[in-house]
Amino acid sequence: MTALRFQPVLAVLAAAAALLFLLSLAIGPAGATPAVSLRALFGGGEELMVLVMQEIRLPRALLGLIVGATLGLSGAALQGYLRNPLAEPGLIGISASASFGAVIALYTGLSALFALALPLMALAGAMLSVFVLQAMAGSDGRPLTVILTGVAISSFAGAMTSLVLNLSPNPFAATEIMFWMLGSLTDRSMPHVWLVLPFTLVGWALLLRLGRALDALSLGPDAAASMGVDLGRVQRLAILGTALSVGAATAVTGAIGFVGLVVPHVLRPLVGAQPSRLLPASALGGAVLLQSADILVRVIAPDRDIKLGVVTAIVGAPFFFWLVWSHRRSGL
Amino acid sequence: MARRRWLGALLAGLLLPAPAPAADPAPGRVVSLNVCTDQLAMLVARPGQLYSVSYLARDADNSAMVEEAGAYLPNHGLAEEVFLMKPDLVLAGTYTAHGTVSLLRRLGFRVEEFPPETSFEDVRANLRRTGALLGNPARAEALVTAMDRELAALAAEKTPRLRTALAFSNSYTSGAGTLVSDVVRRAGLENIAETLGMTGLARLPLERLVLADPQLMAGVPTPAEKPALADQNFAHPAYRALAARTAGAPLENRLTVCGGPFTLKAARALQAAAMRAARASGAVRAETEKTTQNQMPKVAPSTGGSGQAAARSLAALPLLPALHAVEGTPE
Repeated sequence: MTALRFQPVLAVLAAAAALLFLLSLAIGPAGATPAVSLRALFGGGEELMVLVMQEIRLPRALLGLIVGATLGLSGAALQGYLRNPLAEPGLIGISASASFGAVIALYTGLSALFALALPLMALAGAMLSVFVLQAMAGSDGRPLTVILTGVAISSFAGAMTSLVLNLSPNPFAATEIMFWMLGSLTDRSMPHVWLVLPFTLVGWALLLRLGRALDALSLGPDAAASMGVDLGRVQRLAILGTALSVGAATAVTGAIGFVGLVVPHVLRPLVGAQPSRLLPASALGGAVLLQSADILVRVIAPDRDIKLGVVTAIVGAPFFFWLVWSHRRSGL
Repeated sequence: MARRRWLGALLAGLLLPAPAPAADPAPGRVVSLNVCTDQLAMLVARPGQLYSVSYLARDADNSAMVEEAGAYLPNHGLAEEVFLMKPDLVLAGTYTAHGTVSLLRRLGFRVEEFPPETSFEDVRANLRRTGALLGNPARAEALVTAMDRELAALAAEKTPRLRTALAFSNSYTSGAGTLVSDVVRRAGLENIAETLGMTGLARLPLERLVLADPQLMAGVPTPAEKPALADQNFAHPAYRALAARTAGAPLENRLTVCGGPFTLKAARALQAAAMRAARASGAVRAETEKTTQNQMPKVAPSTGGSGQAAARSLAALPLLPALHAVEGTPE
């Protein structure tokens, strides 16, 4: 398959993300026309509609954009850095660990005293899981080792999350395990956006600086080192960037799986399999996928609050099977 | 204090055999397993007749008769526990663990199951049934008569029919066919959830709540020392903005978990809040005609006091802080 030109691909993805952002703003149980909705977004029209647009739909659409981009970008960065086609924050346990950190902060009441505790604890959870993964699999770890370690981290973090929720005296806590394991953007608010944005912006900046190094790394760590790539710096950027962006995103939306897996694989042939190009393309692609999923859950069952992770898994799991199958045949 | 009282009750139960004549089939020792049957039994039972109520009857978040419950042994609804109490009659809810109920029946105990009350009609029926089972129908009838008198008094008030929104944790609300909705109706108010065609306990998305433009709002969060995502809907800026422009009303969970004569207090409190809201908006409307401000001011003082403390002092109802005013909002 021949690679398309890079700039047009980015332009199309950006246009799609922007279009879905507008569509996301126009969809909701209130059922106002798009024209009325958009006018209310900028403070025009009925007072209550303005409230709905600015405080309910805008944060939801913004978080879809931010979190989707985070998951796509971190998936592409992890696949390049670990040189593992199956790497993805959800599959290798980073999201589950971030969820666990966030759950501790929220249900112990820590985040009520100190709002930043929520993203910081999620970040700590994410960071810890990457270190464990690194220690177990090594920087040139075999794909199987990485995935198995990830499975263990995911299961452990998931079990600890359930434990904390079971021990909570709040009768609702136990049912909130769905949110933390499958993710949702329902009724998130602008304070959540402000809480997430600084961390994700820094995380994105770190991950996007990996481009050249990942290009070199695709030839193998020795070749990359001989080309002057500082492998220690690559490691720090990858770990810190992923932990910052995925940790903060998970802290407010729960763990959403498969986005970081599917998006880089779909886009890789379009950008000529070059990691430095794949990073920005995957960020935009992640935003497109997550926003589509969030629009879908609102259209198919507006009153049921279906979790986002359900939709991304329905798309992502068959894709994962196909990926494993094709790699098995090519002798992974 | 409470301890000594139940000890007294216990001793009274042990030393004084039930003064019932031989022909009277009234059970001498009654155990209740469900917080709703607990309260029915405490209201209707003769002294010394009720032996144990569930531990939930002592939980101020779920029971309207915490003080009274202190006089009885608490149980946790376990078959073994109940077996050792050797009751003549066991009262349970239809949602009480089926395993426990069927096991107790197999062991030869008489278990009577009560469906949860979804209206004052049900309260009437359950009170009468409890009276018949405990051999104290006169007491039950007196409670029903008193309750009906109060319901008539509520209906006689000329309440402005305000659009009322009920907001529970996780953005849930009570639609048609629920006790809370009957409370709203008896208070002379319109329940937004019913207008929107919702039945039972249903999700009312924040967006629809805002656009329903309520005139009176009752928000019932779980106590703040037990954080969970479920209560984040009360902290959402859109909810807070709506609550700040809408009159607040108190609604106490403990009065509406189960139906009983005490549930009338919830209806009366809603009615009082509606009256205050209407008076305030009337007064303000006259004023705003000059200032062209059409915002309805908050009626209840927004001290952000805890619902727990508010729950204790029903006497001070007109001063109850709006439960939904999580943060102080400007008057």
